Amino acid sequence: MSILTSENKRPTKRSAGRPLPELIFGDLWEFDPAPETADPKLKPRYDLFIGGRFVAPVSGKYFDSINPANETKLAEIAQANAADVDAAYAAAQKGFAVWSKLPGKERAKYIYRLARLLQDRAREFAVAETMDGGKPIKESRDFDVPMAAAHFFYHAGWADKLEYVAPGRKVAPLGVVGQVIPWNFPLLMMAWKLAPALAMGNTIVIKPAETTSVTALKFAEIVQDAGFPAGVVNIVTGFGDTGAAVLNHPAAVKVAFTGSTEVGKIIMRSLAGTDKKMTMELGGKAANIVFDDAPLDQAVEGIVNGIFFNQGHVCCAGSRLLVHEPVAAAVLAKLKTRIRTLRVGDPLDKNTDIGAINSREQLTRIEKLVASGVKEGADMFQPACKLPTKGYYFRPTVFSGVSMSHRIAREEIFGPVLSVLTFRTLDEAVEKANNTAYGLSAGVWTDKGSRILKMSTELKAGVVWANTYNKFDPTSPFGGYKESGFGREGGRQGLLDYCKLV
Amino acid sequence: MSSGSNAAFRRLFNEIGTVDQVGIEERVAKYTTRSIKKAAKVQGLKLAVTMVDLTTLEGKDTPGKVASLCQKALAPHDGLDCPQVAAVCVYPAMVRHARRALGEDTAVRIASVATAFPSGQAPLRTRLAEVKAAVADGADEIDMVINRGAFLAGEFQEMQDEIAAVVQACGDATLKVILEVSELETYDKIRAASFLAMRVIRPGDFIKTSTGKTSLNATLGNNQVMIEAIRDFYLETGTPIAMKPAGGIRTAKQALQFLIAVKETLGDEWLNNTRYRFGASSLLNDLLRQLEKEKTGAYQAPYYFSEAAESY
Repeated sequence: MSILTSENKRPTKRSAGRPLPELIFGDLWEFDPAPETADPKLKPRYDLFIGGRFVAPVSGKYFDSINPANETKLAEIAQANAADVDAAYAAAQKGFAVWSKLPGKERAKYIYRLARLLQDRAREFAVAETMDGGKPIKESRDFDVPMAAAHFFYHAGWADKLEYVAPGRKVAPLGVVGQVIPWNFPLLMMAWKLAPALAMGNTIVIKPAETTSVTALKFAEIVQDAGFPAGVVNIVTGFGDTGAAVLNHPAAVKVAFTGSTEVGKIIMRSLAGTDKKMTMELGGKAANIVFDDAPLDQAVEGIVNGIFFNQGHVCCAGSRLLVHEPVAAAVLAKLKTRIRTLRVGDPLDKNTDIGAINSREQLTRIEKLVASGVKEGADMFQPACKLPTKGYYFRPTVFSGVSMSHRIAREEIFGPVLSVLTFRTLDEAVEKANNTAYGLSAGVWTDKGSRILKMSTELKAGVVWANTYNKFDPTSPFGGYKESGFGREGGRQGLLDYCKLV
Repeated sequence: MSSGSNAAFRRLFNEIGTVDQVGIEERVAKYTTRSIKKAAKVQGLKLAVTMVDLTTLEGKDTPGKVASLCQKALAPHDGLDCPQVAAVCVYPAMVRHARRALGEDTAVRIASVATAFPSGQAPLRTRLAEVKAAVADGADEIDMVINRGAFLAGEFQEMQDEIAAVVQACGDATLKVILEVSELETYDKIRAASFLAMRVIRPGDFIKTSTGKTSLNATLGNNQVMIEAIRDFYLETGTPIAMKPAGGIRTAKQALQFLIAVKETLGDEWLNNTRYRFGASSLLNDLLRQLEKEKTGAYQAPYYFSEAAESY
């Protein structure tokens, strides 16, 4: 339909034999390093946070937290075992007796305090988050930390209005909840988990991921500064066994897990037959669907934001691009041009667009899946950007000519790797988008409003973004279909998952 | 809008695509978070100086004021290793005074806003005569305004024929086509007008945002729409078109943000004053002030920098 889109309709002003015009994104005007210099105020060693105090683990064991940007040690983190988890639950049960009896408007004061103290120390937390997880400072500064604060503000507002959460019903807190969170948005996921639970009057035992425990434990300082009653928030750190102990503990009346579908299934198996309430927010393989009438440059921007945000370590990342055939060539060309200007490197540099992969383990997993894509015959494109010699980095990668049966079109890669597929009709787009075990999110790009509405009802995904991608708000419930989990976080629906109706 | 113009726009949008306002404004907001430090900052500031079309466009302009503007253009500031600006931009009646002040043997070019600037509401033959007179008086570059009335009515042929006629009248002079974006209402139409203009001008001619005489002038948003149009046109036809945002760019910080947009959209080949210009006047002294700050570490009071012109 467009002269930009179909090779044979292009005006032939270009005389035959001359080379194709190309843009040069070189080093004519190279940016100097612009590192964020705020002090992250890290302690050399972090203990467990139980009953309002930092306590050493029973085993006396600590493990190293590594900065993935340069492979240096950031801090030592306590390794909790079952005895520590028992202590945390005992503290949380004591805390529940106090916290759940407080009137909602009193609880709100504490939660507002968390939000404000986090805002006060925003730069410090942003730098710590970036050093701990490898995400670019511009994202932790402009997204993770402000969004975490926003979640506390929003839920603090709910705490004295709980009689309106479920019209016609009364709500009561559940008790002690056990929570396990992933490494992709350590602080933000913690806010998503803590804020609704606290607003409802529950107390918490939470375990951050082993590669990203630092900001959680820094947040414990904020919990102390806010003057919370002892035992309301308890943070235990460690590996998978610690997580299992937190989720399987008999005192946990509800468990909430965000992480991979694989681990989610193990947890659900081990909890089968118990009466624990559960919410699971698991993996995704979202389809980002571009129709031929979409404004292409903005769609490309959304595609880039959808898959390269946080190095693609996003459960709702738009990792499958479905392009309408008439514009497929144009979109791919624009996408490749855009990717050449992405800056990959030191996450602390304010100009970095793509930072470090969270861990060596994850880097290996990405490399393996990318190798399978090449082997299965998809066309790989990577820009020729320089990568730092130390640290875990991976070039933004686009696979075209991908078919639905390729591994890179089915498995969650959780890295900066995009698989591009095409479709001819709306029905085909829907079928391909839904042909996955996941159903967390999707994107639709079109100028036609009716098409957006149709797609949003047909797509089996918890979120469907229209002409945008990766937009979040505390008021908006987030969660999945199928193997992407169940339960919602955020909004009124998220609160309902942390209460019982009486 | 009549259904005829609607159909004309629809056909054009089908060819060249549309622009999503929310999306493009999100995109340009990212340029403002780039952090330019040290050597890169000095380089960027100097680059911006070389791209300035130092402008005075006022009814009260005099030969004396134009002479002082030319002096500023040739030697922007003492004691700074500072390049000359690209051009001075004046009304046609002032071109010969500018030529006298600059001399024949100068790298600073003379641009003149011809074609009944800023409205363009004069008979075509009057406008063409104005262009020819300015070129005869020594103008190296002509800044024309498009016929917005014809464009908005969907009379694209008329609009393009007029531009083509001005191209003829220019002879060897470079042409800059002012779209006057604030009168085009939407980003879609800015893109459309950019394409229509680019199809009838020569390689190295410019498209330009605004006259500086209306409420809204150059913004990162409309600059982005136009440089994306330039990029798409170049990749499609191989014809490089140059760009000039004008009006509203007053600070060095803004200028660097526009240059970042160019670097990340059009690339290195547009980072020079044959492909990119700033239509501005107060911008120059802010660039100089920042350069002085980078050199000495201290901000100088604004009155240390000579004023040559106050316009947009």
